[in-house]
Amino acid sequence: MTPREGIYGLLAEFNTPAELVRATEQAHRAGFRRMECYTPYPVEEAAVALRFHKTSVPLVCLLGGVMGMLTAFLMETWITLWSYPMNIAGRPLFSWPAFIIPAYEWTILFAGLSAAFGMLALNGLPQLYHPLFNAPNFRDGASTDKFFLCLEATDPRFSILETRALLEQLAPVSVVEVDL
Amino acid sequence: MATKSPIDDPRIDPHTGEYAVIAPGHTFRSVTQKIAGLVLTSNTPLGWFGGLTVAGGVATLLVIAMTWLFVKGIGIWGVTIPGAWGFAIINFVWWIGIGHAGTLISAILLLFKQTWRNSINRFAEAMTIFAVVCAGTFPLIHLGRPWLGYWLFPYPNTMNLWPQFRSPLAWDVFAVSTYATISVVFWYIGMVPDFGTLRDRAVMPFAKYMYGLLSMGWRGSTRHWVRYESASLLLAGLATPLVLSVHTVISFDFAVAAMAGWHTTIFPPYFVAGAIYSGFAMVLTLAIPIRKFYHLEDLITLRHLDNMAKVMLGTGCIVGYGYCMEVFMAWYSASHWEFFMMWNRMFGPMGWAYWLLILSNLAIPLTTLWSRKLRVNVVYLFVLSLIVNTGMWLERFVIVVTSLYREYLPSSWGTYRATKWDYMTFVGTWGLFTFLFLLFVRFLPIIPISEIRMMLPQTKIRPGGADAETVVEETL
Repeated sequence: MTPREGIYGLLAEFNTPAELVRATEQAHRAGFRRMECYTPYPVEEAAVALRFHKTSVPLVCLLGGVMGMLTAFLMETWITLWSYPMNIAGRPLFSWPAFIIPAYEWTILFAGLSAAFGMLALNGLPQLYHPLFNAPNFRDGASTDKFFLCLEATDPRFSILETRALLEQLAPVSVVEVDL
Repeated sequence: MATKSPIDDPRIDPHTGEYAVIAPGHTFRSVTQKIAGLVLTSNTPLGWFGGLTVAGGVATLLVIAMTWLFVKGIGIWGVTIPGAWGFAIINFVWWIGIGHAGTLISAILLLFKQTWRNSINRFAEAMTIFAVVCAGTFPLIHLGRPWLGYWLFPYPNTMNLWPQFRSPLAWDVFAVSTYATISVVFWYIGMVPDFGTLRDRAVMPFAKYMYGLLSMGWRGSTRHWVRYESASLLLAGLATPLVLSVHTVISFDFAVAAMAGWHTTIFPPYFVAGAIYSGFAMVLTLAIPIRKFYHLEDLITLRHLDNMAKVMLGTGCIVGYGYCMEVFMAWYSASHWEFFMMWNRMFGPMGWAYWLLILSNLAIPLTTLWSRKLRVNVVYLFVLSLIVNTGMWLERFVIVVTSLYREYLPSSWGTYRATKWDYMTFVGTWGLFTFLFLLFVRFLPIIPISEIRMMLPQTKIRPGGADAETVVEETL
């Protein structure tokens, strides 16, 4: 039986963010790519060590904002000019300065919802089950005060013995196998 | 005034040389346990039940008043001609203004990297949402036929009717509904990592299950954090222009009307400043008892109170400028109507309201808040916050009532008298607000745990890990 069938990865626990970042960097140098850090608060240096800088959240947000602005402005124009024209104190039907305000609000509404739900979608959340929750030390640590590095079994370099040896060199508190 | 040398100042962290925001000696685990413990404890303080009962009782007044209103109609209120707008609009503007400080703390201070806000932003945001709930009630029940409230929104219907987009009241619908939605989303997204912590620390299966659902499976992955931080900053960047626009649109309800006392260009900035002023007062009203009751003096320190008092001083000065400008323009415009309106506002039958407002919004706060001793005096700040909240309510009362009841034609002059139903509705919203807030304090993390962790000195990647930084730098 190859380890890939039953194992999600190897999970190393560290006490400080500095140790985690060092370990991540070493693992990256050793050629690992399918790995992830788990921390109780955002650690920017860990993202740098993972070479993960770019997110498409801002783009999703921008597209949402543009869509909201166009939706509101075109809707107002269509309603006031064609669907339900009304003479309000002799003002022109296409009184666009007044349309700016709802369009402005919907720009923010659509952009905000896109940023929030776009972030969740890109993160693959909600995902209530994850193999990592099987690790005995993960749940008391990752959301409180411990720092984890997980080398995943899908990485072509993953081999349970050698990878464990690599992680043991990095002075972790513990290294555990995570079942799928 | 002699300033303390920075080295002697006990508020400075000797390790970093920066102002410490929270008390020293905390670890990731201790702050987590402290905040999560408030929610996960099985010993609910008796005072909480007492408070909930009282607040629920007061909120019942709102239910009674609204029921009678729906049975009898708007006639049970004091609104009449010429005072066609009364308590409903005053309370609407007052409540929504209170909400604005929450957005300001969570969004604008985040963009300015004011980390001290981390301790207070969560409950300030909660305050925003509950204040918007109370505010939104008033225009809806003021509709006359509130069951047709959905007509306010543009939706295709068989009557082929659409909203009239040249009216500030239609703008209001868009502004307030966007504000409510974005505030809830921002608040919830901010709580997701903390729900993860609560899920992992909960003992009761039901609590585990509920917080697990709410956390959506958050596991603190670094890639998730990067996107999360990006989305938080974007939401903050969006909420900032939003909060300014909401009170601007509300001031348009007045400023667009051709009514002496309303038709002024200073209204938008002056309304926004007033909103932030009263909002910070409300944050103090809530923060001072909470930190005392839950022993959170380490996390909500005197520095927070001092900073909030400074914001109040700043926005109070802007509000004061607005008042002076109103008086100046009444004279400088050379408009007979404006001049009469201001004279009547100051010395007319309701002049007492104007002077009470000047006393509580300008005379008391803007003379005393300059003193640091008073800014860190908890009891004084609490009393002052109540005074300012009263003053800001009176401001809206003065703007609405004194402009309306002395119309252009003396033959249509009247007066405004609120009825007991007006008072019951208003007092009832206090009960609703407190009720929701007490539920929040008991079941949700009132201080953002992950953001407090970021303020601890342990987050600095220095001691023993100096090589970690260089390793990263070398390889890039």
